[in-house]
Amino acid sequence: MKPLTTEEIRAVIAAGKLRDNLFKATGVFCLALALIVIVALVADMVIKGSDRFTLDFFLNFASRRATQAGILSAWVGSLLVMLVTAMAAVPLGVAAGLYLEEYAKRNWLTNLIEINITNLAAVPSIVYGLLALGIFVYQFGLGQSILSAGLTLALLILPIIIVATREAIRAIPAMIREGSMAVGATRWQTCRYHIVPYAMPGILTGVIIGLARAIGETAPIITIGALTFIAFLPPAPLSTLGDGSTAGLFDWVMAPFTVMPIQIFNWTSRPDPAFEVNAAAAGFVLMAMVLSMNAVAIFLRYKMRKNIKW
Amino acid sequence: MQIHDNPTLKAEARNLNFFYGEAKALKNINMPIYDKKVTALIGPSGCGKSTYLRSFNRMHDLYPGNRYEGEIRFFPDNTNLLAAEVDPIEVRMRIGMVFQKPNPFPKSIFENVAYGLRVRGENNKRVLDDKVEHALKGAAIWDEVKDRLADLASNLSGGQQQRLCIARALATDPELLLFDEPTSALDPIATGAIEELIHELKKRVTILIVTHNMQQAARVSDYTAYMFLGEMVEFGKTDEIFIKPKDKRTEDYITGRMG
Ligand SMILES: Nc1ncnc2c1ncn2[C@@H]1O[C@H](COP(=O)(O)OP(=O)(O)OP(=O)(O)O)[C@@H](O)[C@H]1O
Ligand SMILES: [Mg+2]
Repeated sequence: MKPLTTEEIRAVIAAGKLRDNLFKATGVFCLALALIVIVALVADMVIKGSDRFTLDFFLNFASRRATQAGILSAWVGSLLVMLVTAMAAVPLGVAAGLYLEEYAKRNWLTNLIEINITNLAAVPSIVYGLLALGIFVYQFGLGQSILSAGLTLALLILPIIIVATREAIRAIPAMIREGSMAVGATRWQTCRYHIVPYAMPGILTGVIIGLARAIGETAPIITIGALTFIAFLPPAPLSTLGDGSTAGLFDWVMAPFTVMPIQIFNWTSRPDPAFEVNAAAAGFVLMAMVLSMNAVAIFLRYKMRKNIKW
Repeated sequence: MQIHDNPTLKAEARNLNFFYGEAKALKNINMPIYDKKVTALIGPSGCGKSTYLRSFNRMHDLYPGNRYEGEIRFFPDNTNLLAAEVDPIEVRMRIGMVFQKPNPFPKSIFENVAYGLRVRGENNKRVLDDKVEHALKGAAIWDEVKDRLADLASNLSGGQQQRLCIARALATDPELLLFDEPTSALDPIATGAIEELIHELKKRVTILIVTHNMQQAARVSDYTAYMFLGEMVEFGKTDEIFIKPKDKRTEDYITGRMG
């Protein structure tokens, strides 16, 4: 083959660059489209709901009158359910991920489990709701409580946390594990001093992605029977109850509740259009909750990763 | 000096075979390792040096499908390191290892060295301080890090990191120290420092070192073993191996006709 002349080389490069630029333009266009849609949605909610962004909106219970209705029981309910979800799903998910990566032998059984964890992530959330209704609400007698809801959502996000944990563990170089084992550490010591701490940023990201998904879930929560109209808060630990007795530390987990998405759904289904303003405002608050969770995740991951270099 | 008198045995491989699954990587290896001496393993890439080295601290047990046959006797207690009933963790507590690429943990310099002690249940601050200082001095890095023990180990230079890894291995007083090409990722000056250190270390610990560098083997070792395709071709005193090797294959390798 004859070597290319300078002109020919330049022509080849120019043709390549043209394709580069074409792709770049397409990419920017698609990105812009997606961003515009999101910004428009948020802006729409802010504009529609602007009348309700007052302190009262956050401190009032639901009400028959739209202007006086607030989201107190909804946001408190959402936070408490998330707390239960995190307390249940994080230890389980991390332990399962750790076991699968560090302890389990590779055989057909672990392969089967692996495939099914991926499948679980794809199960529609309403199915988890049905499962929880049967098991948590009736079988275990947990009722239509914060505990039932938290456990249900914990099941829902368990696969996300397991997968995140495993991926974070896989990113740790083998030589770190070997370095630990070589001084005589057991597997458990290696996990405790190295694997878990170094995987933590990745695990944390998974946890928050999971919680961000859970906080917006409506279907399974409705299935297990969250209330749509509730004018009291779960009993705070050690507070004095109506009958003069003192609430236990964990009485709140058995309390009935509602959550943000259900409150929103409830308002949108009212005939009075004034409630649409409430729905829009609450939608924005929910959105802000999710975004701030993501922000916290990004911040923590950045802080923790700074010290983890191989 | 009694260099030529009978040295004491520290370990001995007897009819050692090793398999990665079906693939046989070590073929009937017999070789002594002498107490408080440096033994170098040389041979072309892929001949099984690392495989052999990692058999001593049962590193292969970490991965499924690996299998040993034969024995590695460890003295003075005459334990077979490879015996099924011998706990690999116990073996690793007696035998330290330094890897090809420095692999400090992403923790402080202090914690890196203290780790082996913590694993053994030592949590007394005074004892840890003492032993960490001793190990860092032993690894000739104390003066460079004594004012910043709380700093991250990953901020050290490559050569310093490798000496830190040596300190980590020394902190627990191993009887045998394994080095797998410890200087292959380092520049000549850092390499010189490690070689000097090895010379110093053999006063108190037995050393088995894999190296690709013929000059290094000649400089640091008392004994040299030449491996080829999973076999131990020749073992002897380093000066004898380098000056008049008995096996044609050793001679070819040393004179640079291959490898
Ligand atoms: N984990 C493994 N699984 C299967 N085969 C392996 C594995 N590690 C090494 N081998 C094979 O075993 C043989 C010996 O490898 P080993 O790493 O011990 O060589 P080496 O002498 O240390 O080489 P180098 O000088 O390049 O480090 C090689 O053929 C290699 O391909
Ligand atoms: Mg090697």
